[in-house]
Amino acid sequence: MSTEAVVPNPSAAIAGRFGRYGGRYVPETLMAALEELEAAYEATKQDAAFQAELADLLHHYCGRPTPLYFAKRLTEQCGGAKIYLKREDLLHTGAHKINNALGQGLLARRMGKQRIIAETGAGQHGVATATVCALLGLECVIYMGEEDMRRQELNVYRMRLLGAEVRGVGSGSATLKDAINEAMRDWVTNVRSTFYILGSALGAHPYPTMVRDFHRVIGQEARQQILEQEGRLPTVIVACVGGGSNAIGAFYEFLPDANVRLIGVEAGGRGGGLGEHAARFQKAGGGVPGVLQGTYSYVLQDDAGQISLTHSVSAGLDYASVGPEHAMLHDSGRATYTSCSDEDALKATVTLSRVEGIVPALETAHAVAEAIRLAPTMAKDEVLMVNLSGRGDKDMGILSRELKLGGAETGPAENRGTSS
Amino acid sequence: MAIQFNTRPGLVAYLTAGDPDIETTREIALAAIDNGADVIELGVPFSDPLADGPVIQRASGRAVARGVRLLDVLALAAELRAARPSAGLVIFSYLNPVVRLGMRTFCARAAEAGADGVLLTDMIVEEAGEYLEAMREHALAPVFLAAPTSPDARLKAICEVSRGFVYAVSRVGVTGAQTTVGNDAETLVTRLRRYATTPIAVGFGISNAEHVRAVGRFADAAIIGSALVALIESSERSEAAKTIGSFIAGLRVAEGEPERMAAGKL
Repeated sequence: MSTEAVVPNPSAAIAGRFGRYGGRYVPETLMAALEELEAAYEATKQDAAFQAELADLLHHYCGRPTPLYFAKRLTEQCGGAKIYLKREDLLHTGAHKINNALGQGLLARRMGKQRIIAETGAGQHGVATATVCALLGLECVIYMGEEDMRRQELNVYRMRLLGAEVRGVGSGSATLKDAINEAMRDWVTNVRSTFYILGSALGAHPYPTMVRDFHRVIGQEARQQILEQEGRLPTVIVACVGGGSNAIGAFYEFLPDANVRLIGVEAGGRGGGLGEHAARFQKAGGGVPGVLQGTYSYVLQDDAGQISLTHSVSAGLDYASVGPEHAMLHDSGRATYTSCSDEDALKATVTLSRVEGIVPALETAHAVAEAIRLAPTMAKDEVLMVNLSGRGDKDMGILSRELKLGGAETGPAENRGTSS
Repeated sequence: MAIQFNTRPGLVAYLTAGDPDIETTREIALAAIDNGADVIELGVPFSDPLADGPVIQRASGRAVARGVRLLDVLALAAELRAARPSAGLVIFSYLNPVVRLGMRTFCARAAEAGADGVLLTDMIVEEAGEYLEAMREHALAPVFLAAPTSPDARLKAICEVSRGFVYAVSRVGVTGAQTTVGNDAETLVTRLRRYATTPIAVGFGISNAEHVRAVGRFADAAIIGSALVALIESSERSEAAKTIGSFIAGLRVAEGEPERMAAGKL
């Protein structure tokens, strides 16, 4: 692998760079739209009416601020650091995704765009986007891999109920990456009338910055809440990382606090071979810097530069690249990135469900698994905060198969076994 | 060996290299050159061709599945160069395979293979610093896309850095056939003329002799891509070169010649 930078002139002050990562690598047809989007987004920062409407809807419609919950029983079971859960799962539509979908939806309306497109993996961003479109009276088309439609079918029904058209994508591995390809093809075709609500901190500038900014509220609230409840900052913050939107939202306010450890958890899938996981940062996993879908970041690929297939039990983490800001945080060491296997994520789902009565999304369960692993190694006066990015209602199909919840014996027996 | 358009309009033929296989692509390219293509764009197959419509997506997928790599395409370019010293050769790729090889290494290898130019689908002018430097170093022509949506300032910048030709995208959208060449194309070429010092070639949706003639009224060259790739897809491997050769020859028939000769495949 070459160590050459793609861009030799960082001094050219290209916006949207995170160290050497990020940038804009798109067909020329999209450039005018990206420039228009960037200008419109920048203008909202000075637009008091826009900010007031966003804040009002985040509060009254979405349910912000979300609680920071001290998970007492999980803490006791792990026997180490105090575990706090930032309850993004309690937001309207069931995940952090609504923060960004609402922000971009309001921006689309402000720009006069009546047609919205979006991609979705687990369906949470698709549901959030369909919800916002219903709220704002906008036309909505969601691209979703056919494999993801199968495994997250409840979210497909939700999107349709909300009035969105869900278009299945059968190319590649029929998952998130392929849905983004198809959404970008739609955008390049309908660019004059259409706003693309990208759902993670990915893609060409200004998306990674804009998506992060709409999720910053997670860390802003958590910072204030933990200071109120514990009088100190967390020792560790853990979040799962697919594209990385919930993680960057949770991390961002704490970046200057060098003593707060930031840990992103990638999908370890079912093994270490290329195609078996979605762990872009893990050594020997096949992830090296490259360009996918508009941005320069770590990409799982073969040695000829073909993008690798990925696997994860969680559709939302099943993606070959990762947000460019995470690539920078990885290289600088400010954040560290671990991975969690399908199996451990499923175990963590069961644990959190039975110990705290909270069913996490399978994506989120990767972060919970890391917390369960890490907490016992920490001192009892330390604080470990998990960004509980979404709830697991959407995963009941997978969970019932994987955990045999349809069976008469297993469920209740295990439940009795975890009481403390 | 240079990018030159000897007739008006000139013809650029895009081929997805390695579909159905490298050897057949070689035969097809030679047939295209011998029947009037001024420039061959050798498309590097990529797993995620997000600027392409279904036809080139399928071709790219088939070639990737066969294990065709950027280095194979460069080796093919070298063969074509040896066989047809005066044809124009452009390597057409998404960025990632090039980044994986290394930008400077890629440019050196492309020059070594005898390529005249390079077009990187997802490379925009603002990000092109190192790319342009490496291209200059190896006397290669960087070809950039210009779109109907590009504001004048962008068209100006695109014309300033493009060599060989400017690729005018005929319409918003992905690659693929359409029934007529819309007004977007002519408007774009007119706008580009204010800045361009190179020829202007129009691509996306050009699929028959009538389209080529229409483009010839306002642009210097027409680029045929998906129509060729679709024809290759539907041809027997052994017949593909012959089929493409006569198709390209048919694109050159003058207006007023028999309708059946001019009728290209949509």
